[in-house]
Amino acid sequence: MDQSDKIVVQGVRYTYQDAPDAALCGVELSVHAGEFLAVLGHNGSGKSTLAKLMNALYVPAEGHIWVVGMDTRDDALVYDIRQHAGMVFQNPDNQLVATVVEEDVAFGMENIGVPPAQMRIRVDEALRAVNMQDFRTAAPHMLSGGQKQRVAIAGVLAMQPDVIILDESTAMLDPAGRREVLQTVRRLQREEGITIVWITHYMDEAAQADRVIVMNEGQIALSGTPREVFPQVERLRELRLDVPPMTELAHDLAAAGVPVRADVLTVEEMVEEVCRLSSKT
Amino acid sequence: MLKNITLGQYYPGHSPVHRMDPRMKIYLTIAYIVAVFLVKDLLGYALAFLFLLFMARVAQINLGFLMRGIKALRVIVAFTFIINLFFSTGDTPLLSWGILRITREGLQNAVYFSLRLIFLVMGTSMLTLTTSPVVLTDGLERMMRPLARVHFPAHELAMMMTIALRFIPTLLEEADKIMKAQMARGADFESGNLLARARAMVPLLVPLFVGAFRRATELAMAMEARCYRGGAHRTRMRELGYTRLDFAALGVMAAFIALIVAQGAFVHVGL
Repeated sequence: MDQSDKIVVQGVRYTYQDAPDAALCGVELSVHAGEFLAVLGHNGSGKSTLAKLMNALYVPAEGHIWVVGMDTRDDALVYDIRQHAGMVFQNPDNQLVATVVEEDVAFGMENIGVPPAQMRIRVDEALRAVNMQDFRTAAPHMLSGGQKQRVAIAGVLAMQPDVIILDESTAMLDPAGRREVLQTVRRLQREEGITIVWITHYMDEAAQADRVIVMNEGQIALSGTPREVFPQVERLRELRLDVPPMTELAHDLAAAGVPVRADVLTVEEMVEEVCRLSSKT
Repeated sequence: MLKNITLGQYYPGHSPVHRMDPRMKIYLTIAYIVAVFLVKDLLGYALAFLFLLFMARVAQINLGFLMRGIKALRVIVAFTFIINLFFSTGDTPLLSWGILRITREGLQNAVYFSLRLIFLVMGTSMLTLTTSPVVLTDGLERMMRPLARVHFPAHELAMMMTIALRFIPTLLEEADKIMKAQMARGADFESGNLLARARAMVPLLVPLFVGAFRRATELAMAMEARCYRGGAHRTRMRELGYTRLDFAALGVMAAFIALIVAQGAFVHVGL
């Protein structure tokens, strides 16, 4: 166990009440400081359960999870853990509590007893960080989905977390909203050094991560950088995941005898690759 | 269309009345209600009317807004008037047809009771017109805080009110969406008698309720993830505090009550 790892998951097993099978069985994972980790997997693969275990919303039946060195089994540490590993959920409507944007951003801080004067400063900073400062006094129901998610991120950010876990936070958004949220999160990772755990089933989003893990039937099926994981097209299809379109095209071209690199992820890379090939011939 | 509904009747502004502490506004509203009950004659109501005019001026609120509250109550006011007019006991008859008899006392009661109702509505709507529901909830929570010692769930009540206010527009939007979805499949919400229309609402209410419960579960989880653990150890971003403005308002209200009491004791102008 590396001291600098933000979250360490060790031999974790978890079964929902009334469920015959374990949602997670024997997961081993370390989330490194400052990285952008994408967790992929089809519905029911256990990725959401993993997220809720990292926030001490669930406690593992077996094994341990340490968040910044704190064991989630320790009842006394639950609120410290939730403060250090903030969580953003899927439905933008069902996680904002207050009737005014800035009050909602303050909600988490109010719960942990931050003094009012400091709260004011941190609310303003958090709203600026997600570029929502102009909506300070707006009502949440007047915002777009992407804006609501950015407010939710600001609420977590104001708690000064080490890690932000986003549990399919773009699944209910339109393409513009998805882009907004992803860009915000990436900027926070780059500029503020916040570790990101990004749970999604969109491959194009995962392609932007530093590291990808693919969950299947409660276990980690694949793990590595996007360039290592995505070229395994056959394996990903077996795991019921879509491969990024350009990687799939590269795979098909290679199968047809065109010598393209297998780890192409974006359109730009594909253009470069095709230019390189045509200049050779 | 449902997005544009306003909750309560808050009229946004930055007048001194808007900027007052919500607790003081609530206390003064109660004081005002008492004052209205102390009014004994027409001169008293004239004074009260001047006071309301003055308050509306300070709050920068159109008198029309105050009148709007009465419009909603016009049936009740009319009812009060008629009941008092015909059924008050008195022995100075003015008119009589058969069993119907209008007495001087009856007319007096009818006029005073109706006026009292009108002044109560106009005065209390000053509170809701100048205080947003959020601030009002805040004020109520603070006022009820001492009751927490006797296990009165002050924080929980305020939290419930806040969440209700937050979710009313969301649920209305959802109701609108479900309604349109049902209409697209041939549901008819508008024709038929009352019973038929009530029955047509069932397929609207069932998914709405199921959705509300799902939302509640998710919201509870999100609140827990954000370290919510009830009212203990909680701080608030917006602290309430009395300012000179509040004490000035208190002074004005005290003067008004003193005036009403003095007028009632020494001068009598009425029916």
